[in-house]
Amino acid sequence: MNFKQIKEFIIEKAIFLSGSLSIIFVILIFVFLIKEGALFFKYVPIKDFLTGTNWYPLSTPEQFGMLPLIMGSLLVTIGAMIISIPLGVACAFYIAEVVNPKLKDVLKTGVELLAAIPSVVIGFVGMVTLVPLVKNIFNLPTGLTALSGSIMLAFMAMPTIVSIAEDAITAVPRRYKEAALALGATHWQAMYKVIIVAAAPGIFAAVMLGVGRVIGETMAVMMITGNAAVIPHTFLQPVRTLTATIAAEMGEAIRGSNHYYALFVVGIILFIITFAINFIADVFLHRIKK
Amino acid sequence: MTIIKTNNLNLWYKKFHALLDVNIPIEKNSITSIIGPSGCGKSTLLRTLNRMNDLIEGIRMTGEILIENKNILLPGTDLVSLRKNVGMVFQRPNPFPLSVYKNITFGLEIHNIKSNDTLDNIVENSLKSVLLWDELKDKLKSHALNLTLEQQQRLCIARLIPVKPQILLMDEPCSALDPIATGRIEELMFELKKNYTIVVVTHNMAQAARVSDDTGFMLLGRLVEFNKTSKIFTNPEKKETEDYITGRYG
Repeated sequence: MNFKQIKEFIIEKAIFLSGSLSIIFVILIFVFLIKEGALFFKYVPIKDFLTGTNWYPLSTPEQFGMLPLIMGSLLVTIGAMIISIPLGVACAFYIAEVVNPKLKDVLKTGVELLAAIPSVVIGFVGMVTLVPLVKNIFNLPTGLTALSGSIMLAFMAMPTIVSIAEDAITAVPRRYKEAALALGATHWQAMYKVIIVAAAPGIFAAVMLGVGRVIGETMAVMMITGNAAVIPHTFLQPVRTLTATIAAEMGEAIRGSNHYYALFVVGIILFIITFAINFIADVFLHRIKK
Repeated sequence: MTIIKTNNLNLWYKKFHALLDVNIPIEKNSITSIIGPSGCGKSTLLRTLNRMNDLIEGIRMTGEILIENKNILLPGTDLVSLRKNVGMVFQRPNPFPLSVYKNITFGLEIHNIKSNDTLDNIVENSLKSVLLWDELKDKLKSHALNLTLEQQQRLCIARLIPVKPQILLMDEPCSALDPIATGRIEELMFELKKNYTIVVVTHNMAQAARVSDDTGFMLLGRLVEFNKTSKIFTNPEKKETEDYITGRYG
Protein backbone atom coordinates (compact mmCIF):
# COMPACT_ATOMS: atom_id res chain seq x y z
CA MET A 1 0.00 0.00 0.00
CA ASN A 2 1.38 3.34 -0.94
CA PHE A 3 0.91 6.56 0.95
CA LYS A 4 -2.10 7.69 -1.07
CA GLN A 5 -3.99 4.50 -0.40
CA ILE A 6 -3.28 4.68 3.30
CA LYS A 7 -4.54 8.23 3.35
CA GLU A 8 -7.73 7.22 1.54
CA PHE A 9 -8.20 4.35 3.96
CA ILE A 10 -7.86 6.55 7.00
CA ILE A 11 -10.19 9.23 5.68
CA GLU A 12 -12.80 6.68 4.72
CA LYS A 13 -12.75 5.07 8.15
CA ALA A 14 -12.83 8.43 9.89
CA ILE A 15 -15.95 9.46 7.99
CA PHE A 16 -17.55 6.09 8.68
CA LEU A 17 -16.82 6.50 12.37
CA SER A 18 -18.34 9.98 12.57
CA GLY A 19 -21.42 8.75 10.72
CA SER A 20 -21.87 5.76 13.00
CA LEU A 21 -21.31 7.76 16.17
CA SER A 22 -24.66 9.52 16.04
CA ILE A 23 -26.44 6.18 15.88
CA ILE A 24 -24.25 4.74 18.60
CA PHE A 25 -25.07 7.68 20.86
CA VAL A 26 -28.79 7.16 20.42
CA ILE A 27 -28.44 3.49 21.22
CA LEU A 28 -26.23 4.17 24.24
CA ILE A 29 -28.67 6.70 25.64
CA PHE A 30 -31.55 4.32 25.18
CA VAL A 31 -29.66 1.42 26.76
CA PHE A 32 -28.71 3.60 29.73
CA LEU A 33 -32.30 4.76 30.20
CA ILE A 34 -33.59 1.18 30.07
CA LYS A 35 -30.89 -0.05 32.43
CA GLU A 36 -31.65 2.58 35.04
CA GLY A 37 -35.39 2.50 34.54
CA ALA A 38 -35.75 -1.27 34.65
CA LEU A 39 -34.63 -1.39 38.27
CA PHE A 40 -37.64 0.67 39.22
CA PHE A 41 -40.08 -2.06 38.33
CA LYS A 42 -38.47 -4.38 40.83
CA TYR A 43 -40.08 -2.32 43.57
CA VAL A 44 -43.14 -0.76 41.96
CA PRO A 45 -45.59 -2.66 39.73
CA ILE A 46 -46.00 -1.24 36.21
CA LYS A 47 -49.74 -0.96 36.68
CA ASP A 48 -49.47 1.34 39.68
CA PHE A 49 -47.01 3.45 37.83
CA LEU A 50 -49.07 3.95 34.69
CA THR A 51 -52.50 4.29 36.24
CA GLY A 52 -51.80 5.71 39.68
CA THR A 53 -53.24 9.17 40.19
CA ASN A 54 -50.85 10.41 42.85
CA TRP A 55 -47.31 11.52 42.20
CA TYR A 56 -45.87 11.87 45.71
CA PRO A 57 -42.29 10.71 45.38
CA LEU A 58 -41.24 12.12 48.75
CA SER A 59 -44.08 11.02 50.99
CA THR A 60 -44.04 7.82 53.01
CA PRO A 61 -44.96 5.51 51.52
CA GLU A 62 -43.84 6.93 48.20
CA GLN A 63 -46.41 7.06 45.41
CA PHE A 64 -45.41 7.09 41.79
CA GLY A 65 -48.68 7.44 39.87
CA MET A 66 -47.73 8.90 36.52
CA LEU A 67 -51.22 9.64 35.23
CA PRO A 68 -51.22 13.31 36.31
CA LEU A 69 -47.94 13.89 34.46
CA ILE A 70 -49.12 12.17 31.29
CA MET A 71 -52.39 14.09 31.42
CA GLY A 72 -50.47 17.32 32.00
CA SER A 73 -48.25 16.77 28.97
CA LEU A 74 -51.22 15.70 26.90
CA LEU A 75 -53.35 18.69 27.84
CA VAL A 76 -50.62 21.24 27.18
CA THR A 77 -49.79 19.57 23.86
CA ILE A 78 -53.40 19.39 22.72
CA GLY A 79 -53.90 23.03 23.61
CA ALA A 80 -50.75 24.06 21.78
CA MET A 81 -51.83 22.09 18.72
CA ILE A 82 -55.32 23.57 18.69
CA ILE A 83 -53.69 26.99 18.46
CA SER A 84 -50.70 26.27 16.26
CA ILE A 85 -52.12 23.91 13.61
CA PRO A 86 -54.71 26.26 12.09
CA LEU A 87 -52.43 29.25 12.52
CA GLY A 88 -49.36 27.47 11.19
CA VAL A 89 -51.04 25.87 8.19
CA ALA A 90 -52.76 29.13 7.27
CA CYS A 91 -49.43 30.93 7.60
CA ALA A 92 -47.76 28.30 5.40
CA PHE A 93 -50.44 28.77 2.73
CA TYR A 94 -50.05 32.51 2.93
CA ILE A 95 -46.29 32.31 2.46
CA ALA A 96 -46.42 29.65 -0.24
CA GLU A 97 -49.36 30.85 -2.28
CA VAL A 98 -50.53 34.35 -1.52
CA VAL A 99 -47.76 36.71 -0.57
CA ASN A 100 -45.72 38.34 -3.31
CA PRO A 101 -42.30 36.77 -3.91
CA LYS A 102 -40.33 39.67 -2.48
CA LEU A 103 -42.01 39.47 0.90
CA LYS A 104 -41.97 35.68 0.86
CA ASP A 105 -38.32 35.31 1.80
CA VAL A 106 -38.61 37.90 4.54
CA LEU A 107 -41.59 36.14 6.06
CA LYS A 108 -40.11 32.68 5.86
CA THR A 109 -36.85 33.80 7.42
CA GLY A 110 -38.80 35.60 10.10
CA VAL A 111 -40.81 32.54 11.01
CA GLU A 112 -37.72 30.37 11.06
CA LEU A 113 -36.00 32.91 13.28
CA LEU A 114 -38.72 32.26 15.82
CA ALA A 115 -37.15 28.82 16.24
CA ALA A 116 -33.89 30.44 17.24
CA ILE A 117 -35.30 32.03 20.37
CA PRO A 118 -34.09 30.01 23.39
CA SER A 119 -36.97 28.36 25.18
CA VAL A 120 -36.00 29.93 28.48
CA VAL A 121 -36.52 33.34 26.90
CA ILE A 122 -39.94 32.31 25.63
CA GLY A 123 -40.75 31.04 29.12
CA PHE A 124 -39.54 34.25 30.68
CA VAL A 125 -41.51 36.47 28.31
CA GLY A 126 -44.59 34.31 28.92
CA MET A 127 -44.12 34.56 32.64
CA VAL A 128 -44.10 38.35 32.76
CA THR A 129 -46.65 39.07 30.03
CA LEU A 130 -48.98 36.18 29.39
CA VAL A 131 -49.32 34.75 32.88
CA PRO A 132 -50.70 37.94 34.50
CA LEU A 133 -52.95 38.42 31.46
CA VAL A 134 -54.47 34.94 31.82
CA LYS A 135 -54.87 35.50 35.53
CA ASN A 136 -56.79 38.74 35.02
CA ILE A 137 -58.91 37.69 32.06
CA PHE A 138 -60.21 34.52 33.67
CA ASN A 139 -60.07 35.89 37.18
CA LEU A 140 -57.97 33.01 38.49
CA PRO A 141 -55.91 32.65 41.63
CA THR A 142 -52.88 32.07 39.42
CA GLY A 143 -52.06 32.57 35.76
CA LEU A 144 -49.67 29.61 35.77
CA THR A 145 -51.99 27.28 33.89
CA ALA A 146 -52.10 24.73 31.11
CA LEU A 147 -53.54 27.45 28.88
CA SER A 148 -50.52 29.71 29.35
CA GLY A 149 -48.24 26.78 28.58
CA SER A 150 -50.23 25.89 25.49
CA ILE A 151 -50.08 29.41 24.13
CA MET A 152 -46.33 29.75 24.59
CA LEU A 153 -45.67 26.28 23.21
CA ALA A 154 -47.81 27.09 20.19
CA PHE A 155 -45.26 29.80 19.44
CA MET A 156 -42.51 27.25 19.63
CA ALA A 157 -44.27 24.76 17.37
CA MET A 158 -45.12 27.39 14.76
CA PRO A 159 -41.73 27.61 13.04
CA THR A 160 -41.55 23.85 12.55
CA ILE A 161 -45.11 23.60 11.27
CA VAL A 162 -44.93 26.66 9.01
CA SER A 163 -41.56 25.84 7.54
CA ILE A 164 -42.22 22.19 6.71
CA ALA A 165 -45.82 22.74 5.60
CA GLU A 166 -44.69 25.60 3.37
CA ASP A 167 -42.13 23.33 1.73
CA ALA A 168 -44.82 20.73 1.13
CA ILE A 169 -47.20 23.26 -0.40
CA THR A 170 -44.51 24.75 -2.62
CA ALA A 171 -43.58 21.25 -3.78
CA VAL A 172 -47.09 20.62 -5.13
CA PRO A 173 -46.69 20.49 -8.91
CA ARG A 174 -47.79 23.69 -10.61
CA ARG A 175 -49.90 21.76 -13.06
CA TYR A 176 -52.53 20.95 -10.43
CA LYS A 177 -53.06 24.59 -9.73
CA GLU A 178 -53.12 25.43 -13.43
CA ALA A 179 -55.67 22.70 -14.04
CA ALA A 180 -57.94 24.08 -11.35
CA LEU A 181 -57.62 27.68 -12.52
CA ALA A 182 -58.19 26.69 -16.14
CA LEU A 183 -61.46 25.09 -15.06
CA GLY A 184 -62.49 28.45 -13.66
CA ALA A 185 -61.65 27.83 -10.02
CA THR A 186 -60.76 30.84 -7.92
CA HIS A 187 -57.37 30.90 -6.25
CA TRP A 188 -58.99 30.03 -2.94
CA GLN A 189 -60.84 27.07 -4.46
CA ALA A 190 -57.64 25.81 -6.06
CA MET A 191 -55.97 26.00 -2.65
CA TYR A 192 -58.51 24.22 -0.52
CA LYS A 193 -59.75 21.71 -3.05
CA VAL A 194 -56.56 20.68 -4.80
CA ILE A 195 -53.35 22.01 -3.31
CA ILE A 196 -54.17 21.05 0.26
CA VAL A 197 -55.02 17.51 -0.84
CA ALA A 198 -51.77 17.16 -2.75
CA ALA A 199 -49.76 18.61 0.13
CA ALA A 200 -51.61 16.68 2.86
CA PRO A 201 -48.87 14.14 3.72
CA GLY A 202 -46.32 16.93 4.10
CA ILE A 203 -48.66 19.04 6.19
CA PHE A 204 -49.33 16.03 8.40
CA ALA A 205 -45.60 15.45 8.84
CA ALA A 206 -45.20 19.13 9.73
CA VAL A 207 -47.85 18.82 12.39
CA MET A 208 -46.28 15.66 13.82
CA LEU A 209 -42.88 17.31 14.07
CA GLY A 210 -44.58 20.26 15.75
CA VAL A 211 -46.11 17.86 18.28
CA GLY A 212 -42.71 16.31 18.87
CA ARG A 213 -41.26 19.72 19.55
CA VAL A 214 -44.00 20.57 22.03
CA ILE A 215 -43.94 17.29 23.95
CA GLY A 216 -40.21 17.45 24.41
CA GLU A 217 -40.13 21.08 25.48
CA THR A 218 -39.12 21.57 29.08
CA MET A 219 -37.94 24.98 30.17
CA ALA A 220 -40.82 27.13 28.99
CA VAL A 221 -43.49 24.81 30.38
CA MET A 222 -41.72 24.48 33.67
CA MET A 223 -41.75 28.24 34.05
CA ILE A 224 -45.37 28.91 33.18
CA THR A 225 -47.56 25.90 33.85
CA GLY A 226 -47.42 25.93 37.62
CA ASN A 227 -46.07 22.38 38.03
CA ALA A 228 -48.85 20.98 40.19
CA ALA A 229 -48.95 17.22 39.73
CA VAL A 230 -52.72 16.81 39.78
CA ILE A 231 -54.96 15.46 37.07
CA PRO A 232 -56.21 18.58 35.30
CA HIS A 233 -59.87 19.04 34.46
CA THR A 234 -59.68 22.30 32.53
CA PHE A 235 -57.12 24.37 30.68
CA LEU A 236 -57.27 26.92 33.48
CA GLN A 237 -55.59 24.70 36.04
CA PRO A 238 -51.88 24.36 36.74
CA VAL A 239 -50.40 21.16 35.35
CA ARG A 240 -47.09 19.40 35.42
CA THR A 241 -45.63 17.81 32.34
CA LEU A 242 -43.38 14.76 32.03
CA THR A 243 -40.43 16.91 31.02
CA ALA A 244 -40.81 19.45 33.80
CA THR A 245 -40.98 16.62 36.34
CA ILE A 246 -37.60 15.28 35.34
CA ALA A 247 -36.02 18.70 35.20
CA ALA A 248 -37.39 19.79 38.54
CA GLU A 249 -36.79 16.63 40.53
CA MET A 250 -33.66 15.07 39.14
CA GLY A 251 -31.45 17.41 41.13
CA GLU A 252 -32.90 16.43 44.46
CA ALA A 253 -33.55 12.74 43.88
CA ILE A 254 -31.10 10.60 45.76
CA ARG A 255 -29.05 8.51 43.43
CA GLY A 256 -30.17 4.89 43.59
CA SER A 257 -33.50 5.67 45.25
CA ASN A 258 -36.85 4.64 43.83
CA HIS A 259 -37.50 8.26 43.01
CA TYR A 260 -34.33 8.42 40.94
CA TYR A 261 -35.29 5.34 38.94
CA ALA A 262 -38.86 6.55 38.54
CA LEU A 263 -37.57 9.66 36.78
CA PHE A 264 -35.65 7.46 34.38
CA VAL A 265 -38.85 5.62 33.52
CA VAL A 266 -40.51 8.97 32.86
CA GLY A 267 -37.60 9.63 30.52
CA ILE A 268 -38.15 6.32 28.74
CA ILE A 269 -41.81 7.12 28.21
CA LEU A 270 -40.91 10.52 26.77
CA PHE A 271 -38.31 8.94 24.54
CA ILE A 272 -40.81 6.42 23.20
CA ILE A 273 -43.41 9.12 22.53
CA THR A 274 -41.07 11.44 20.66
CA PHE A 275 -39.48 8.54 18.81
CA ALA A 276 -42.91 7.35 17.62
CA ILE A 277 -43.92 10.86 16.56
CA ASN A 278 -40.73 11.49 14.64
CA PHE A 279 -41.00 8.10 13.02
CA ILE A 280 -44.54 8.79 11.81
CA ALA A 281 -43.48 12.20 10.47
CA ASP A 282 -40.59 10.58 8.66
CA VAL A 283 -42.83 8.01 7.01
CA PHE A 284 -45.05 10.78 5.67
CA LEU A 285 -42.14 12.91 4.51
CA HIS A 286 -40.80 9.95 2.55
CA ARG A 287 -44.18 9.39 1.04
CA ILE A 288 -43.98 12.85 -0.57
CA LYS A 289 -40.61 12.21 -2.09
CA LYS A 290 -41.94 9.25 -4.04
CA MET B 1 -69.33 31.62 -38.07
CA THR B 2 -66.31 33.08 -36.31
CA ILE B 3 -66.35 32.52 -32.57
CA ILE B 4 -62.88 33.84 -31.67
CA LYS B 5 -61.11 36.70 -33.34
CA THR B 6 -57.96 38.54 -32.32
CA ASN B 7 -57.26 42.06 -33.54
CA ASN B 8 -53.65 43.21 -33.56
CA LEU B 9 -52.85 41.17 -30.49
CA ASN B 10 -49.45 41.99 -29.02
CA LEU B 11 -47.90 40.44 -25.95
CA TRP B 12 -44.72 41.16 -24.01
CA TYR B 13 -43.03 39.05 -21.36
CA LYS B 14 -41.23 41.86 -19.56
CA LYS B 15 -39.08 43.23 -22.45
CA PHE B 16 -39.54 40.26 -24.78
CA HIS B 17 -42.07 40.84 -27.55
CA ALA B 18 -43.67 37.41 -27.81
CA LEU B 19 -46.69 38.05 -30.02
CA LEU B 20 -46.67 40.62 -32.82
CA ASP B 21 -49.90 41.88 -34.34
CA VAL B 22 -51.63 38.52 -34.40
CA ASN B 23 -54.94 38.49 -36.24
CA ILE B 24 -56.55 35.09 -36.21
CA PRO B 25 -60.16 34.13 -36.89
CA ILE B 26 -61.43 30.85 -35.45
CA GLU B 27 -64.54 29.17 -36.77
CA LYS B 28 -67.20 27.71 -34.54
CA ASN B 29 -67.38 23.91 -34.39
CA SER B 30 -64.16 23.42 -36.25
CA ILE B 31 -60.67 22.35 -35.33
CA THR B 32 -58.03 25.01 -35.79
CA SER B 33 -54.44 24.04 -35.36
CA ILE B 34 -51.52 26.34 -34.72
CA ILE B 35 -48.15 25.05 -35.83
CA GLY B 36 -44.65 26.46 -35.76
CA PRO B 37 -41.19 25.80 -34.35
CA SER B 38 -40.48 25.88 -30.60
CA GLY B 39 -40.60 29.33 -29.10
CA CYS B 40 -42.65 30.81 -31.93
CA GLY B 41 -45.39 31.88 -29.54
CA LYS B 42 -48.03 29.32 -30.39
CA SER B 43 -48.59 28.18 -26.81
CA THR B 44 -48.51 31.79 -25.68
CA LEU B 45 -51.22 32.63 -28.18
CA LEU B 46 -53.33 29.69 -27.00
CA ARG B 47 -52.94 30.69 -23.37
CA THR B 48 -54.11 34.25 -24.05
CA LEU B 49 -57.47 32.86 -25.14
CA ASN B 50 -58.38 31.86 -21.57
CA ARG B 51 -56.04 34.42 -19.98
CA MET B 52 -53.85 31.73 -18.40
CA ASN B 53 -50.86 33.92 -19.13
CA ASP B 54 -52.07 36.23 -16.41
CA LEU B 55 -50.37 33.89 -13.93
CA ILE B 56 -46.97 34.88 -15.27
CA GLU B 57 -45.43 37.98 -13.88
CA GLY B 58 -44.47 40.85 -16.13
CA ILE B 59 -46.97 40.13 -18.88
CA ARG B 60 -48.48 42.95 -20.93
CA MET B 61 -50.98 42.74 -23.77
CA THR B 62 -52.43 45.15 -26.29
CA GLY B 63 -55.05 44.66 -28.98
CA GLU B 64 -58.31 42.77 -28.75
CA ILE B 65 -59.44 39.20 -28.32
CA LEU B 66 -63.10 38.89 -29.20
CA ILE B 67 -64.89 35.79 -28.04
CA GLU B 68 -68.47 35.92 -29.24
CA ASN B 69 -67.86 39.62 -29.84
CA LYS B 70 -66.79 40.34 -26.29
CA ASN B 71 -63.29 41.64 -25.75
CA ILE B 72 -61.82 39.46 -23.02
CA LEU B 73 -58.79 41.70 -22.54
CA LEU B 74 -60.88 44.51 -21.11
CA PRO B 75 -60.21 45.17 -17.44
CA GLY B 76 -62.99 43.75 -15.32
CA THR B 77 -63.42 40.67 -17.47
CA ASP B 78 -64.80 37.86 -15.35
CA LEU B 79 -62.05 35.26 -15.57
CA VAL B 80 -64.12 32.60 -13.87
CA SER B 81 -66.86 32.67 -16.48
CA LEU B 82 -64.30 33.10 -19.26
CA ARG B 83 -62.52 29.93 -18.21
CA LYS B 84 -65.80 28.14 -17.77
CA ASN B 85 -66.54 28.90 -21.39
CA VAL B 86 -63.02 28.21 -22.65
CA GLY B 87 -61.69 24.93 -21.30
CA MET B 88 -58.07 23.89 -21.53
CA VAL B 89 -56.23 20.61 -21.96
CA PHE B 90 -52.55 20.71 -21.13
CA GLN B 91 -49.48 19.18 -22.67
CA ARG B 92 -48.84 16.91 -19.73
CA PRO B 93 -51.98 15.20 -18.46
CA ASN B 94 -52.81 16.88 -15.16
CA PRO B 95 -55.73 15.17 -13.48
CA PHE B 96 -56.24 16.22 -9.89
CA PRO B 97 -54.77 13.90 -7.27
CA LEU B 98 -58.29 12.74 -6.44
CA SER B 99 -60.54 9.89 -7.58
CA VAL B 100 -61.76 9.62 -11.17
CA TYR B 101 -65.24 10.51 -9.96
CA LYS B 102 -64.09 13.60 -8.06
CA ASN B 103 -62.08 14.80 -11.03
CA ILE B 104 -65.26 15.01 -13.04
CA THR B 105 -67.48 16.52 -10.38
CA PHE B 106 -64.81 19.12 -9.56
CA GLY B 107 -66.11 21.61 -12.10
CA LEU B 108 -69.66 21.28 -10.82
CA GLU B 109 -68.52 21.82 -7.27
CA ILE B 110 -66.46 24.92 -7.85
CA HIS B 111 -69.12 26.55 -9.98
CA ASN B 112 -71.88 25.35 -7.73
CA ILE B 113 -73.77 24.08 -10.75
CA LYS B 114 -77.09 22.53 -9.81
CA SER B 115 -78.36 20.08 -12.32
CA ASN B 116 -81.48 18.01 -12.66
CA ASP B 117 -79.31 15.12 -13.60
CA THR B 118 -77.72 13.08 -10.82
CA LEU B 119 -73.97 13.31 -10.31
CA ASP B 120 -73.65 9.65 -11.26
CA ASN B 121 -75.28 10.33 -14.61
CA ILE B 122 -73.11 13.33 -15.27
CA VAL B 123 -69.98 11.34 -14.53
CA GLU B 124 -71.20 8.54 -16.78
CA ASN B 125 -72.04 10.85 -19.67
CA SER B 126 -68.79 12.76 -19.38
CA LEU B 127 -66.76 9.58 -19.44
CA LYS B 128 -68.82 8.25 -22.31
CA SER B 129 -68.17 11.31 -24.39
CA VAL B 130 -64.43 10.73 -24.12
CA LEU B 131 -64.91 6.98 -24.65
CA LEU B 132 -63.60 6.09 -21.20
CA TRP B 133 -66.75 4.75 -19.61
CA ASP B 134 -66.26 1.11 -20.52
CA GLU B 135 -62.70 1.13 -19.25
CA LEU B 136 -63.33 2.98 -16.02
CA LYS B 137 -66.89 2.26 -14.95
CA ASP B 138 -65.63 -0.11 -12.25
CA LYS B 139 -62.77 2.16 -11.22
CA LEU B 140 -64.59 5.40 -10.49
CA LYS B 141 -63.25 5.51 -6.96
CA SER B 142 -59.67 4.76 -7.91
CA HIS B 143 -57.02 7.43 -7.87
CA ALA B 144 -56.72 9.32 -11.14
CA LEU B 145 -52.93 9.23 -11.06
CA ASN B 146 -53.00 5.44 -11.33
CA LEU B 147 -54.50 5.58 -14.82
CA THR B 148 -52.43 5.30 -17.98
CA LEU B 149 -51.29 8.59 -19.50
CA GLU B 150 -53.81 8.31 -22.29
CA GLN B 151 -56.63 7.66 -19.84
CA GLN B 152 -55.43 10.61 -17.77
CA GLN B 153 -55.52 12.89 -20.79
CA ARG B 154 -59.01 11.70 -21.69
CA LEU B 155 -60.07 12.28 -18.12
CA CYS B 156 -58.71 15.83 -18.37
CA ILE B 157 -61.00 16.36 -21.35
CA ALA B 158 -63.90 14.63 -19.61
CA ARG B 159 -63.71 16.86 -16.55
CA LEU B 160 -64.31 19.91 -18.77
CA ILE B 161 -67.58 18.57 -20.10
CA PRO B 162 -69.88 19.10 -17.07
CA VAL B 163 -68.85 22.77 -17.03
CA LYS B 164 -70.22 23.04 -20.59
CA PRO B 165 -67.54 25.07 -22.33
CA GLN B 166 -67.97 26.08 -25.95
CA ILE B 167 -64.31 26.19 -26.74
CA LEU B 168 -61.57 23.68 -25.96
CA LEU B 169 -57.96 24.78 -26.04
CA MET B 170 -55.47 21.95 -26.38
CA ASP B 171 -51.80 22.59 -25.81
CA GLU B 172 -49.90 19.73 -27.45
CA PRO B 173 -52.41 17.26 -26.05
CA CYS B 174 -50.65 14.20 -27.46
CA SER B 175 -47.00 14.97 -26.90
CA ALA B 176 -46.80 12.74 -23.84
CA LEU B 177 -48.61 9.86 -25.56
CA ASP B 178 -47.55 7.01 -27.81
CA PRO B 179 -48.72 6.87 -31.47
CA ILE B 180 -51.67 4.57 -30.81
CA ALA B 181 -52.97 6.69 -27.96
CA THR B 182 -52.38 9.77 -30.13
CA GLY B 183 -54.53 8.30 -32.89
CA ARG B 184 -57.30 7.63 -30.42
CA ILE B 185 -57.22 11.12 -28.97
CA GLU B 186 -57.39 12.49 -32.50
CA GLU B 187 -60.49 10.40 -33.17
CA LEU B 188 -61.94 11.82 -30.02
CA MET B 189 -61.24 15.34 -31.27
CA PHE B 190 -63.28 14.62 -34.40
CA GLU B 191 -66.05 13.40 -32.18
CA LEU B 192 -65.91 16.50 -29.97
CA LYS B 193 -65.91 18.88 -32.93
CA LYS B 194 -69.67 18.43 -33.26
CA ASN B 195 -70.25 20.20 -29.97
CA TYR B 196 -67.13 22.23 -29.34
CA THR B 197 -64.78 24.60 -31.07
CA ILE B 198 -61.27 23.22 -30.73
CA VAL B 199 -58.01 25.12 -30.97
CA VAL B 200 -55.00 22.85 -30.84
CA VAL B 201 -51.34 23.75 -30.65
CA THR B 202 -49.13 21.06 -32.04
CA HIS B 203 -45.56 20.32 -32.86
CA ASN B 204 -46.65 17.49 -35.00
CA MET B 205 -47.40 18.68 -38.53
CA ALA B 206 -48.91 15.38 -39.56
CA GLN B 207 -51.35 15.73 -36.71
CA ALA B 208 -52.32 19.22 -37.80
CA ALA B 209 -52.84 17.95 -41.33
CA ARG B 210 -54.94 15.02 -40.11
CA VAL B 211 -57.25 16.67 -37.63
CA SER B 212 -57.70 20.33 -38.40
CA ASP B 213 -59.94 22.33 -40.68
CA ASP B 214 -57.88 25.50 -40.50
CA THR B 215 -54.20 25.92 -39.77
CA GLY B 216 -52.14 28.89 -38.67
CA PHE B 217 -48.39 28.91 -39.04
CA MET B 218 -46.45 31.00 -36.56
CA LEU B 219 -42.84 32.11 -36.62
CA LEU B 220 -41.05 34.41 -34.16
CA GLY B 221 -44.28 35.71 -32.67
CA ARG B 222 -46.01 36.44 -35.96
CA LEU B 223 -48.89 34.59 -37.53
CA VAL B 224 -47.22 34.12 -40.91
CA GLU B 225 -50.04 32.40 -42.67
CA PHE B 226 -53.56 31.29 -41.85
CA ASN B 227 -55.71 29.27 -44.19
CA LYS B 228 -57.63 26.08 -44.80
CA THR B 229 -55.48 23.16 -43.70
CA SER B 230 -55.57 21.58 -47.14
CA LYS B 231 -54.31 24.82 -48.68
CA ILE B 232 -51.49 25.29 -46.15
CA PHE B 233 -50.15 21.81 -46.58
CA THR B 234 -50.44 21.61 -50.37
CA ASN B 235 -50.01 25.09 -51.66
CA PRO B 236 -48.83 27.58 -49.05
CA GLU B 237 -48.62 31.20 -50.04
CA LYS B 238 -45.56 32.16 -48.02
CA LYS B 239 -42.07 30.87 -48.48
CA GLU B 240 -41.49 30.44 -44.70
CA THR B 241 -44.54 28.22 -44.45
CA GLU B 242 -43.37 26.07 -47.28
CA ASP B 243 -39.90 25.78 -45.79
CA TYR B 244 -41.35 24.74 -42.46
CA ILE B 245 -43.81 22.15 -43.70
CA THR B 246 -41.25 20.62 -45.98
CA GLY B 247 -38.95 20.29 -42.99
CA ARG B 248 -36.24 22.77 -43.85
CA TYR B 249 -36.27 24.04 -40.26
CA GLY B 250 -38.20 23.65 -37.04
